[in-house]
Amino acid sequence: MLDKNGIAKRIAKEVRDGYYVNLGIGIPTLVANFVREDISVEFQSENGVLGMGPFPFEGEEDADIINAGKQTITTLPGASFFDSALSFGMIRGKHVDLTILGAMEVAENGDIANWKIPGKMVKGMGGAMDLVASAENIIVAMMHTNKAGKSKLLKKCTLPLTGVGCVKKVVTNLAVMEIENGSFKLLECAPGVSVEEIVAATEGNLIVDGEIPEMIL
Amino acid sequence: MIRKVVSSAEEALQGVSSGMTFMLGGFGLCGIPENAITELVRLGVNDITCISNNAGVDDFGLGLLLQQKQIKKMISSYVGENDEFERQMLSGELEVELTPQGTLAEKCRAAQAGFPAFYTPAGYGTEVAEGKETREFNGKMYVLEPAYEADFAFVKAWKGDEAGNLIFKGTARNFNPCMCGAAKITVAEVEELVPAGELDPNAIHIPGIFVQRIFQGNAYEKRIEQRTVRSR
Repeated sequence: MLDKNGIAKRIAKEVRDGYYVNLGIGIPTLVANFVREDISVEFQSENGVLGMGPFPFEGEEDADIINAGKQTITTLPGASFFDSALSFGMIRGKHVDLTILGAMEVAENGDIANWKIPGKMVKGMGGAMDLVASAENIIVAMMHTNKAGKSKLLKKCTLPLTGVGCVKKVVTNLAVMEIENGSFKLLECAPGVSVEEIVAATEGNLIVDGEIPEMIL
Repeated sequence: MIRKVVSSAEEALQGVSSGMTFMLGGFGLCGIPENAITELVRLGVNDITCISNNAGVDDFGLGLLLQQKQIKKMISSYVGENDEFERQMLSGELEVELTPQGTLAEKCRAAQAGFPAFYTPAGYGTEVAEGKETREFNGKMYVLEPAYEADFAFVKAWKGDEAGNLIFKGTARNFNPCMCGAAKITVAEVEELVPAGELDPNAIHIPGIFVQRIFQGNAYEKRIEQRTVRSR
């Protein structure tokens, strides 16, 4: 079974040379730590920066340079700043190659819910609805089940939706799955996790076709 | 040259009254019009509608207006990090319209650029699209979103000149340029106000035509919401 860093490490393998990548808050943010150093990638943050670098050294923080999580950041050579309309033009116009975000629920048809728990948490969708509605290549990073052990990979989302039929790939602490023709298709098992465990933890329809390889991290 | 300079926030906010709709730039606490917010608190106008990506924190930014219960309605994409906001929203004192961030930016830009509305895929099939016109283009569904209408836009820039030309810094740019010229009156406050001719025309982010009033801001706190650093 993977921890959050493990999920991020596996997703980092999906990042290819020349990609512009938008990372959501939470596990997705960790992906930047595991991207191969021999490829060229630029990270976009929807508040208006391309070419994000690591956090600044203490004393070098600049209140005017933050990411979408409102954290102080630095920029790398080749970086650029832009306004919010242009930033979402980049996203809506499909210029960003890969979007990685978290989710509370994903359904077998690719629906995603990650912004609201009625009566409990109403913080807003931020840029998530724009991202999921536009991006062609969306990977969801999430835990396979909730704290009570209930599946978060469902036949149908129970929470208010963020987007419909948009998720292509899901990486959890247990497995890598693709969404294909209204089903989750199991591609890889996490180290030490059996196919049976994944089947048991998945409420939505899960296709297991032949021998399933273990993730290479 | 058409001069846009006013001497103070007080003069810049003349004409502001209760019940109006305001656009306010900024992302989190980054690039917010601190001086205009302070003046709105001082004026005590209430029943206002604020179009702003976020709602500040409890004791800074738009949180200051929330504390005084001056805001009737917030139009934002993300409103976490503010307990007073949550309290007012759950008790029904505050009306909240949550809008996808890219849609919010574009509804400002549409107003600036003279588009009455636009189609976006964001929110299709979700509660955001409820009651809105939808339409298919090339096999994909889109939601019709109207441009915003606002009385004043309050923006913050890094540098500006007497003609109202603006240059923003870093990610403090965010929604500020999209809101310039998107309301009946745009008020820009700047960290550094310079005479016309000092800014390189090639470097201007927003031309002065989109700005009606500009003033030299002061005492910027520029509070950092999430100070994150790495060790050397």
